[in-house]
Amino acid sequence: MSTFATNLTVDDLKAEADRLFNRKRLVNFGLPALVFVYLVYVFFAFDVSGPVARANWANGKTLVADSYSYKTHIARDNRTGEVSAAIEGERKGAYPEGQAPEWVALGETTVIDLEKGHVVRFGAQTVEYDIPGYGTIRATPTRSAGVQAELPEGEVPEWINVSKNRLSVTTDAGRLTVTRNRSEVFRYFTGWELFWFTLDSPYFGKSFPELAGLTASGEAGAIFNDFWTNKMWRHQDVAWAIFETILMAFLGTFGAAIVALPLASLATRNFNRMRSIRFATRRVFDFVRGVDALIWTVVLARAFGPGPLTGALAILVTDTGTFGKIFSEALENVDQKQIEGVQSTGANAPQRYRFGVIPQVTPVLLSQLLYFLESNTRSATVIGAITGGGIGLLLTQAIITQKDWEEVAYYIILIILMVMLMDWFSGWLRRRLIQGEPGKKRSLRTPDPKPFLLP
Amino acid sequence: MTDLTAGSLSVDQIRNDYTAMTRRKRVYGGILLILFLSLMAAGFRTADNRNAGSFVDGWHRILDYPTEVLSEAGEKISEMPANLLSFFPALIETINIAAAATLVGTIIGTFFALMSTRGMALWPSMIPLFRRISDICRAIPEIVIALVLIFILGGGPVPAMIAIAIHTAGALGKLFSEVNENASLKPVEGLHSVGANWSQRMYLGVIPQVGPNYVSYALLRFEINIRASAILGFVGAGGLGYELRNAMSWGQGRYDEAAAIFILLFVTIVVVDQLSGYLRDRLTHGSEKGALA
Repeated sequence: MSTFATNLTVDDLKAEADRLFNRKRLVNFGLPALVFVYLVYVFFAFDVSGPVARANWANGKTLVADSYSYKTHIARDNRTGEVSAAIEGERKGAYPEGQAPEWVALGETTVIDLEKGHVVRFGAQTVEYDIPGYGTIRATPTRSAGVQAELPEGEVPEWINVSKNRLSVTTDAGRLTVTRNRSEVFRYFTGWELFWFTLDSPYFGKSFPELAGLTASGEAGAIFNDFWTNKMWRHQDVAWAIFETILMAFLGTFGAAIVALPLASLATRNFNRMRSIRFATRRVFDFVRGVDALIWTVVLARAFGPGPLTGALAILVTDTGTFGKIFSEALENVDQKQIEGVQSTGANAPQRYRFGVIPQVTPVLLSQLLYFLESNTRSATVIGAITGGGIGLLLTQAIITQKDWEEVAYYIILIILMVMLMDWFSGWLRRRLIQGEPGKKRSLRTPDPKPFLLP
Repeated sequence: MTDLTAGSLSVDQIRNDYTAMTRRKRVYGGILLILFLSLMAAGFRTADNRNAGSFVDGWHRILDYPTEVLSEAGEKISEMPANLLSFFPALIETINIAAAATLVGTIIGTFFALMSTRGMALWPSMIPLFRRISDICRAIPEIVIALVLIFILGGGPVPAMIAIAIHTAGALGKLFSEVNENASLKPVEGLHSVGANWSQRMYLGVIPQVGPNYVSYALLRFEINIRASAILGFVGAGGLGYELRNAMSWGQGRYDEAAAIFILLFVTIVVVDQLSGYLRDRLTHGSEKGALA
């Protein structure tokens, strides 16, 4: 090493130091510059400005607004004059016939109070909308001449859209749409509608103390049943989906461990003397790992169809490769002294493994398994979205409808909670099993074994 | 305690106590094992029941699809080089998504880690906040963000990159802060005493200590992100996964393309794994050598 050379002159040393500084300078400025250049390249390669310009911000706005609010539709069929009310305009959220929320007065002329002075009246023929500070808009839908709209004097503001067959007015208080066949009012509310009970449940609209009272008087089962079978939010299906996702992760992780352990011992020098088999097993692990969960999912979905079993098997197969690699490394690193110690007492081969090897590798393997259990919960969500199973499927279905964003928000929150819960649980179990003492704080000096192949 | 005052035990007594203890341990172990195995069996049966096709009916069909694909690819082997070449841009896109996401995620993750380590944080009172943020980033599966962003931004590599970067930032933030906790604070104090500001303290005092570990974890993350970017492509975010879904939905007649994509994906994953494994090995063992010399 040049540092230990003794025959250096001052000039040589200075030159050396200068070179060192130059190199450091180059690295210090060169690396960030390189990263920057790459990011600029990616910016153009991905055409980032394109999507941002084309981005549908209206979509984004509805998404965000819809995730924490809902709207109630009051609609009139212009031919029959029938007025119906439905939350989110869905049949699941429809009010029974002849009923409406209290801010709607049904009758010859249906009066819809949108608050802040905004009132919509569905008359026999004409629809009227009073807007404070603007005036009254009248629209008469007719079969022959389309929608005849009368606006107050002056220029048409941009929140009113008039054409021959359609009038739409969007204000802060709500929205009115009149077409030839249908007049419809939306009123927006904050919150998740019907989260606990749907309208057909007798418990809808009851306050918490009332419900607690009813529970005490023996209606707990019925109350829970109404909540559990809520058609709008499908609590039962969601609970099953979460369970399926965790099941996929559980079966996949531990199934893979059961398969990988014997295979891993085939791939280690100290358990298997045959070089060719060792080599072959390792290549099998590499192959299985390299094929990737995506391809396994695709292949397995062809054989088993969509569902949790496919997801579990996809995780199982992929992780067999990973575990095989980790386990064989752990088995190769066992301390021979312990085995020799056991052997010196006259133990035979199975006893040597039982008392010499297993106690050494169990903590390493278990902690790896538990790390993977948490990350596989995430993988199970992803695989479920591809192959159809668990909460991933519900999420993709809700996103595809492009309007149930409150459900999407609900599922996302559930997924995050589920993953965090599994993270906490696996960490707790790891500490319990490996250190033996519950809740003992681990010191900084001995961190958990590093997850070298963490997905 | 009573045993000690009772004087020395006979060998028999010790042996009896010992065997009783081992027996109890064995019984507990056995119960746990039975519980675990029955959980596995019950779980498997539940999964089997809720699946579209059952395991018993399907297991012999596992190889049908790969055989079909490979045999068609074999018939059209002459077109394989052209196919491989035509999907090469998609492969580059997949790699770019992973690389850019890893870079961005590493930068944000470094920030999270510094902000959530005691002694290094710029605002020590905000440590729990930054920890929770990186926990949440880590808990969100990439596909969730990707699907939502695809709705707003449209399909393409950008949603995938953002989604993977967010998850990477959270995951690396946690790993990095574990590394930070083992770093010495003395250089930081030294720099502080000569009037260095926060960014100088971090860049000159902390990063050189933790750099090799950071790079090693980031490389590991890059391997993982390649796989993730392929999967996100499958839900419409561009790259190889997207091409794979297209080729698959065409079904028979385009299986040679599916096979080409399989091959590209497989080779890429293996090459990246090997390369990053080699680099990580050099990073960890290289520094050890340096310390010994």
